[in-house]
Amino acid sequence: MRGLGIVDRPGAIFLILLVAAAILVPIANLVVPEGSPFHISNYLVPLLGKYLCYALLAVSVDLVWGYCGVLSLGHGAFFALGGYAMGMYLMRQIGARGVYGNPVLPDFMVFLNYKELPWFWYGFDWFPFAMIMALVVPGVLAFAFGWFAFRSRVTGVYLSIITQAMTFALMLAFFRNDMGFGGNNGLTDFKDILGFSISADSTRVTLFVLSAVALAAGYLLCRALVTSKYGKVLVAVRDAESRTRFLGYRVANYKLLAWTVSAMLAGAAGALYVPQVGIINPGEFAPANSIEIVIWVAVGGRGTLVGAALGALIVNAGKTWFTGVLPEAWLFALGALFVLVTLFLPRGVLGLWGSLSARRHKPAPSAVASAKPAE
Amino acid sequence: MTISLMRLVLSALLGLVLLGAGPGFVTEGRSQGAADIAPAVARFAADSYSDTEAGLAALALSPNPQAAAIVDAVGDGRLMFDPATKTVYVKTKAGGLTDAATGAAVTTAPADLKTVRLNNRVRRAVEAAAGALALASPDAAKRIDAAGAVFKSRDVAALPALDAAIARERDTDVKAALAQARAAIILTKVDAPEAERIAATKLIVDRGDQEALALLAGVPADASPALRTAADAGIEKINRSLAFWNVAQNIWYGLSLGSVLLLAAIGLAITFGVMGVINMAHGEMVMLGAYTTFVVQELIRTKAPYLFDWSLAIALPLAFLFTGLVGIVIERTVIRFLYGRPLETLLATWGISLMLQQATRTIFGPTNKEVGAPSWMSGAFQLGQLSITYNRLCIIIFALGVFFALLVVLKRTSLGLYVRAVTQNRRMAGAMGIRTGRIDALTFGLGSGIAGIAGVALSQIDNVSPNLGQGYIIDSFMVVVFGGVGNLWGTLVAAFSLGIANKLLEPFAGAVLAKIALLVFIILFIQKRPRGLFALKGRAVES
Repeated sequence: MRGLGIVDRPGAIFLILLVAAAILVPIANLVVPEGSPFHISNYLVPLLGKYLCYALLAVSVDLVWGYCGVLSLGHGAFFALGGYAMGMYLMRQIGARGVYGNPVLPDFMVFLNYKELPWFWYGFDWFPFAMIMALVVPGVLAFAFGWFAFRSRVTGVYLSIITQAMTFALMLAFFRNDMGFGGNNGLTDFKDILGFSISADSTRVTLFVLSAVALAAGYLLCRALVTSKYGKVLVAVRDAESRTRFLGYRVANYKLLAWTVSAMLAGAAGALYVPQVGIINPGEFAPANSIEIVIWVAVGGRGTLVGAALGALIVNAGKTWFTGVLPEAWLFALGALFVLVTLFLPRGVLGLWGSLSARRHKPAPSAVASAKPAE
Repeated sequence: MTISLMRLVLSALLGLVLLGAGPGFVTEGRSQGAADIAPAVARFAADSYSDTEAGLAALALSPNPQAAAIVDAVGDGRLMFDPATKTVYVKTKAGGLTDAATGAAVTTAPADLKTVRLNNRVRRAVEAAAGALALASPDAAKRIDAAGAVFKSRDVAALPALDAAIARERDTDVKAALAQARAAIILTKVDAPEAERIAATKLIVDRGDQEALALLAGVPADASPALRTAADAGIEKINRSLAFWNVAQNIWYGLSLGSVLLLAAIGLAITFGVMGVINMAHGEMVMLGAYTTFVVQELIRTKAPYLFDWSLAIALPLAFLFTGLVGIVIERTVIRFLYGRPLETLLATWGISLMLQQATRTIFGPTNKEVGAPSWMSGAFQLGQLSITYNRLCIIIFALGVFFALLVVLKRTSLGLYVRAVTQNRRMAGAMGIRTGRIDALTFGLGSGIAGIAGVALSQIDNVSPNLGQGYIIDSFMVVVFGGVGNLWGTLVAAFSLGIANKLLEPFAGAVLAKIALLVFIILFIQKRPRGLFALKGRAVES
């Protein structure tokens, strides 16, 4: 059965850990009594859920960077767009419970003297529509962007720079009050999701489990793509784009599919992220955020998928720890991480582990080590 | 509204006149010409409003330097008189007492001094007299200001003083301003002869600004047809010229923005354009240059304040050396291991930029630092309807200067030759005996150093904070990519065209939308010409 064949050994370990987390975290939060050392606090559950969303985002970036050679400095935009779609649904769910008590208009619209709901807010009170939009909006933007960029053979640095321009332009746009997305305050003060209170323990645990499931599904989807014949061509595009083109493959279409799927995964991650952190604002579009995603992937190991998720978890756990203990030192640490990883760990933590284990039993080079990323 | 505005302007003018002329004459106790104001001064002792007014009117036409001090004193309620001797005294702002007619200091103040009383009519007379005196000021700039005040107030009472001023004026600029002020009065004076009013219209049209427009628009619809036609034709002419100056103004702002973009991008044109290093720490080099300026100015403030006007000139070489050295260190420790892997230099330099930002924040704190401007950079001059500030002009000239200096270095020096050789074919250059590693370090140092001197200039117009560089990094990349990587002229053209396009779009779209429109334009432009405006032609297939 091919369904199992697509998962390699690190992937299997990763999936088992994810399933374990999805089962154990709810138990540790809801069942284990508070005094116990195994109890996971109410503060920790959404934090872990947030990490899982970041991990899914990192996996989506790894799909295009690790397997297709497209370094996106704009994936934060897709993530934020997915988040805004979810945020719009949550805003509509507030209903008349807002400060101004308007049953239709969210608070910020009343405040900004909107008379009626802008057309692009229609339908977002219906959950399935909002969720489809969380995938479709980033997908369509990525498709249009990629359609032009890949057909014009914009590659390498230039592509990275225009993806950065894209997220920067979106950030400026969403900061405007008259865009109808809440300006620089963004969307917040959410009350409930599908009728469940957003701050209830059970909702948070459910969201955590859903994030874990989404991460596993996203991983399996990417894994299915990269292990298929399509994936082989994708890697060929990464390593020798012109040669692949001369062999008769339509390189632009191969890239476009990976790019669009990746953007939709990022959108899904954003949609799961927003209810867990309780706010979405234009700061998510900041180019610096998108660059940070790339370093998660680089730390974990580019072109491994599992490594990307691992990198997101490591870096973000480090960020939480540092900003709590030594807030001054966090940017030093992050900056040093960027430098050290690019200089000494070009294949990331997972690559390091792979080459260490390869050294132990020489004849079997691991699958990870053979996936050597090239520029 | 107009009255209070006029009052404000006139009292300000009066203050200027006093500063210039008053105290010096008073302390010297000059009595020459005292005779001719004595009768006017004596009227203040009469203790009647109409005598006070008459006294003010007489003083207004007097060339005596004491006149301004007396008029000012009346307005402030500092003019005293002794009812017994009918002598008039000015109580100075410091509290002393001087004889009004002679200006001589009075040591023993007589008892029972009374203040010259004020009512609204006297206050108006004070303003008129002050305005008239300002028209007779020995300083041409003050006379022009006074004429401007009259232009705004259109006070018919000022007409005699104005006519007298026009008759004795020798300076053509001042004369034109006086004539405009007179025309403004004539135009609004309903009982003036029609021919004169039409002639006045012409003078006002020549002035050509918003105030002239308002004045002409104020000509009532029931005025004689000939006057009305002249006014309407004038309005149209002014509107056309204002539209022209408006565009000119936006282009000027665009040039100014373009020079900022050029300064920010020019160092990147070396590190990214010539060397191919995606230097995300470029913005931080600019920031370090700005902080160098701050440190230099701090040292000058505490150690040698007389050097302050030279602070930027002193900061320039220091900023170049400092950021250049930082650049060389970065190149030798990090970037040299990453040649040929451009996307990874991006990540590494981004990491460096985070560390530099945090280091600056730790050392200098997160708040904005005050960087002063030397005196010769403040002020502005008028070019037609354009107001051109010296600091913007300096930055444009400086940006072009840096650009051409860099061009000369790259095209006319041996270092430039080596740089071009190494970037075109590293191995061949090495085989020819060029120490490629050293050239790499020097080139990166050059690019960083230029970013540093850009920081010196940008410290004059931007907030000096640890985030200074972040604001420029995306713009800089846009400029270099739009202009064509590896082409300095492309960077120049791109910087100015993006700057001007941005400022021409702003009136229609607003600042943010204009910026978004340009970003979208660049994204689309890259699709069409993936190598920028002036791409180096080549037939090679990459990878």
